[in-house]
Amino acid sequence: MKHQTRKATRHVSQNEGLIFEKSSPGKSAWRLPPLDVPEVDTQKLLGAARRTDLGPMPEVSEIEIIRHFTRLSTWNYAIDLGMYPLGSCTMKYNPRVNEVVSRLDGLANAHPYQPEKISQGALRILKTLSECLVEITGMDAITLQPAAGAHGELTGLLMVRAHLHAKGDPRKKILIPDSAHGTNPATAATAGYAVENLKSNAQGMVDVAALAAQMNEEVAALMLTNPNTLGIFEQEIHKIADLMHAKGGLLYMDGANMNALVGKVRPGDFGVDLMHLNLHKTFSTPHGGGGPGSGPVAVKRFLEPFLPKPVVVSKADGTLGFDYNRPRSVGRVRAFYGNFGMFVRALAYIFANGPDGLRQTTEDAVLNANYVRKGLESAYDLPYPTPSMHEVVFSDKLQAKKGVRTMDIAKRLIDYGFHPYTTAFPLIVPGALMIEPTESEPKEELDLFVEAMRSIAEEVDEDPQMVLAAPYSTRVSRLDEVAAARNPVLRWKPKG
Amino acid sequence: MAYPSDLKYTKEHEWIKVNGKNAAVGITNHAQEQLGDIVFVDLPKVGTEITAGKPFGSIESVKAVSDVYAPISGTVTEVNSELTSAPEKINQNAHSAWMVKIAIKNPAELNGLLSAADYEKFVAEEG
Amino acid sequence: MRYLPKSPADREAMLQAIGVRSIDDLFAPIPAEYRLERDLKVPRQMAETEIVDWFRERSRENGDGYAATFLGAGAYYHYRPVIIDSLISRGEFLTAYTPYQAEVSQGTLQAIFEFQTMISELAGMEVANASMYDGSTAATEAVMMAGRLSGRRSVVLARSLHPEYREVLSTYAAHQGMPLTTLPYTASGRIDLAALERAVTQETACVLLQSPNFFGTIEDVAAVAELAHKQGALLVVAIAEVVSLGILEPPRQADIVALEAQSFGVPLGFGGPYCGIIATRERYVRQMPGRLVGQTCDRNGKRGFVLTLATREQHIRREKATSNICTNQALMALMATIFMTIYGKEGLKELAKQNLAKAAYAAEQFGKHAKLLFQESPRFHEFVIQTSEDPHAINNRLLGHKIVGGLPLKKFYPELGNAALWCCTEMTSRTAIDTAVGFISESERGVRSAPEVDVEEVAP
Repeated sequence: MKHQTRKATRHVSQNEGLIFEKSSPGKSAWRLPPLDVPEVDTQKLLGAARRTDLGPMPEVSEIEIIRHFTRLSTWNYAIDLGMYPLGSCTMKYNPRVNEVVSRLDGLANAHPYQPEKISQGALRILKTLSECLVEITGMDAITLQPAAGAHGELTGLLMVRAHLHAKGDPRKKILIPDSAHGTNPATAATAGYAVENLKSNAQGMVDVAALAAQMNEEVAALMLTNPNTLGIFEQEIHKIADLMHAKGGLLYMDGANMNALVGKVRPGDFGVDLMHLNLHKTFSTPHGGGGPGSGPVAVKRFLEPFLPKPVVVSKADGTLGFDYNRPRSVGRVRAFYGNFGMFVRALAYIFANGPDGLRQTTEDAVLNANYVRKGLESAYDLPYPTPSMHEVVFSDKLQAKKGVRTMDIAKRLIDYGFHPYTTAFPLIVPGALMIEPTESEPKEELDLFVEAMRSIAEEVDEDPQMVLAAPYSTRVSRLDEVAAARNPVLRWKPKG
Repeated sequence: MAYPSDLKYTKEHEWIKVNGKNAAVGITNHAQEQLGDIVFVDLPKVGTEITAGKPFGSIESVKAVSDVYAPISGTVTEVNSELTSAPEKINQNAHSAWMVKIAIKNPAELNGLLSAADYEKFVAEEG
Repeated sequence: MRYLPKSPADREAMLQAIGVRSIDDLFAPIPAEYRLERDLKVPRQMAETEIVDWFRERSRENGDGYAATFLGAGAYYHYRPVIIDSLISRGEFLTAYTPYQAEVSQGTLQAIFEFQTMISELAGMEVANASMYDGSTAATEAVMMAGRLSGRRSVVLARSLHPEYREVLSTYAAHQGMPLTTLPYTASGRIDLAALERAVTQETACVLLQSPNFFGTIEDVAAVAELAHKQGALLVVAIAEVVSLGILEPPRQADIVALEAQSFGVPLGFGGPYCGIIATRERYVRQMPGRLVGQTCDRNGKRGFVLTLATREQHIRREKATSNICTNQALMALMATIFMTIYGKEGLKELAKQNLAKAAYAAEQFGKHAKLLFQESPRFHEFVIQTSEDPHAINNRLLGHKIVGGLPLKKFYPELGNAALWCCTEMTSRTAIDTAVGFISESERGVRSAPEVDVEEVAP
């Protein structure tokens, strides 16, 4: 390693094969209680439907399972280990009290179809969280059903469609800025809409004149991320909303970057008609290595009839219940009521913060991003000097001259003890380095990060070849993704 | 790399090699360089009608997908199924790794295509 | 605020370094007229003890302390071995991001590779993805996938598919131009094969059915596959209860299998998060939605794992992607992987056998007092009981004994009258079964003495 890193040193990384390779017949990690009903003749009960062999499923003991998964876990980076500067992902601290309350017996073991009479606690959680999120977004109503952000987008566009159909004004297109997340165009297509791209202006914001030219009676909605994926607040947001509304279109907000706004400004107050939230970003539910997420969709009053069913209502006797009688609803977008376990965690997070904590959280998130920006703007190219909110996007323009691209810098950052930032996104910045520190980083960690990034910039100048071969400190070096895609090996197979 | 003069080219970086009433189509060496390691080639079925300027297949690298456009209109008479299992042949020699062979519908369309020299110039200008 | 790691002095120093006077300067890009100048109206900041107390109270209001449940219907109460939570609570799993950066995510990647292996094996398919939102969306996405593979649009599905799965499918299909035809079940509780033969045409993209179906009945997958394939349609089989795969032959004749793996160690949690999965044949993998982990090597030839075939996904193909799905249910998939590892080859078989035995005993006992529907078909661990009295009333009395009775079916299948879907798992004790049977028996004797009540007939 060329430059010394203060954050990380190597630690022992134990080797561990696949679980199948540890398996041998006769080992076991389970024991069932004795059967208290008569044994059955499976052949007689099932006939041809009976299965006799489960194939190469593992047979191992409990200690081997503990060691196997514990060893695997040590090969992961995690928020618990340090800063996770992934732009657009809002990798904040996942409070442990959230985990504790989500495992309380009456919540963790509640069956979705248990009678409402004994579901009042869960219904109260749904209702309380709904009220908090409606207040935070400045909207009027909400559905918690969508399982993730992209699922929320789809739910939102289905509501847009239902609303326009009800007005006898079905439309064909969705406008999407070129800086948008890939889920936006994919969602629009899933909802049966054509996608039209909207170019950004030189400041990295929506080009209002271009929008005025492209907006017409064919356009159902604009999907806008605000702050956008460059971390820039759309200052002309109300003009944008007015343009959409004047021609009967709707303004959909992708709430992926809500961590920049909570407690400071409410989308409902700046003209947004509907939006989704990502509880796994803004509201601290754990990413868990890729999910579960949760993507509630908050809407203005006129869209309320179209919310997925069921919705939670207060009944005449003072108890809570589900209302399934919603004739104008878009229908269901998944079974049951949503990722309830994530609702519990998000609500616990809101309780732990309160109004003052939520506002301070947002302020710290924005403070951290600007601090990193200040620390790095002399070492990396900043394509859009417009003020940053909660994240900042640099480009690899300076380093590319030496043949080092954003992914190479990201891989080198691993050697300094950090997870890489988001690479190559948004698409409007060639060679993007997208950095979102979140509020969870102390000043010391940010200083180490800035120092690491500056050190890498120096390394690129002095010895680009060294950077190109990074990382050096991980248990595997760069993996052959081409071979993985050309000849996919998607499962283990027994030898012979 | 020199662009063979017996081929015609498009601004979307395809080449076409005419053989009487038939032609073979592939992507240029410049295109394969831009794409990087090709991991998958999606080809049309024999009998598919393809239209000049419209996509007829796609080529994937690890993190990108590119449509391949028909230089001229025609009917697919043969596909290079070898590319399905060995897409790297395009990286190795783009100008011999043909993707489809077609029966030419309208030979006049060939007149709109670039010569090797024109294409080389186009690539140089495109930067 | 205890989650925020900065002192006032830190904040001051950082503002100075940035070169602004106050935090408000950083929010200057937000036009003043939209700024919120008041506190949000959310509950005040609470101490940890207050948070725990509040949720404990909700837990108590939510059936905490109930002795038994006979509810199933797509969400199943199975024992969760304790090491699942001790392992998934490790911060390295819990607080890691999606494993895009393979070098620092080998733990998650290898675990998912093991998950894909075990699921494809159990489902009788060649490959499985890294998970989907849940069983209902997996089934829906599987149908969309069949549409892309076949180049056809219409879909034939069984009425015995979970009613909420059917609702989700119809929400999605309406905007994909995919007409749905729903086929009835017969008196045996299985899909009507004669109706199926008539319904499947050269236009049919796929046939979708669930096995064991919503009534717990095991479908004749081979017969359905033959009818579907004869017309060039694909067969999609949904499996809502993966524990059944320990003793039931998987749907090997299917082209796509959509699973819900909640039963493998994922808490009931009032309906989510769960763990959907799509499994299929290798040749269809490029049309499969969702993340996939593949094996490869690093520069030194060492085995490693990466997310692969990403060109199918939304972040690359955008509006042409196979689906708009972005996340998977990685943590739930990890729970399932650990669960499958604990039970393994023999345990999964024994577990399934216990479920089968409990339900067989219960069905027999219930059947002595009330009408057991769909008797002639084999079933796994759920069965439908038709009573004279409204099952809600019986359930209300059972609730007094801290037992949650079977799911009344009137909402979903009005044609079945006073029917309820009962489920037994390894968690259901004989005592609970016998108690519930006692209530059914009392109900039948009571109602039968009242002459004005008719027993409804089963609709075909």
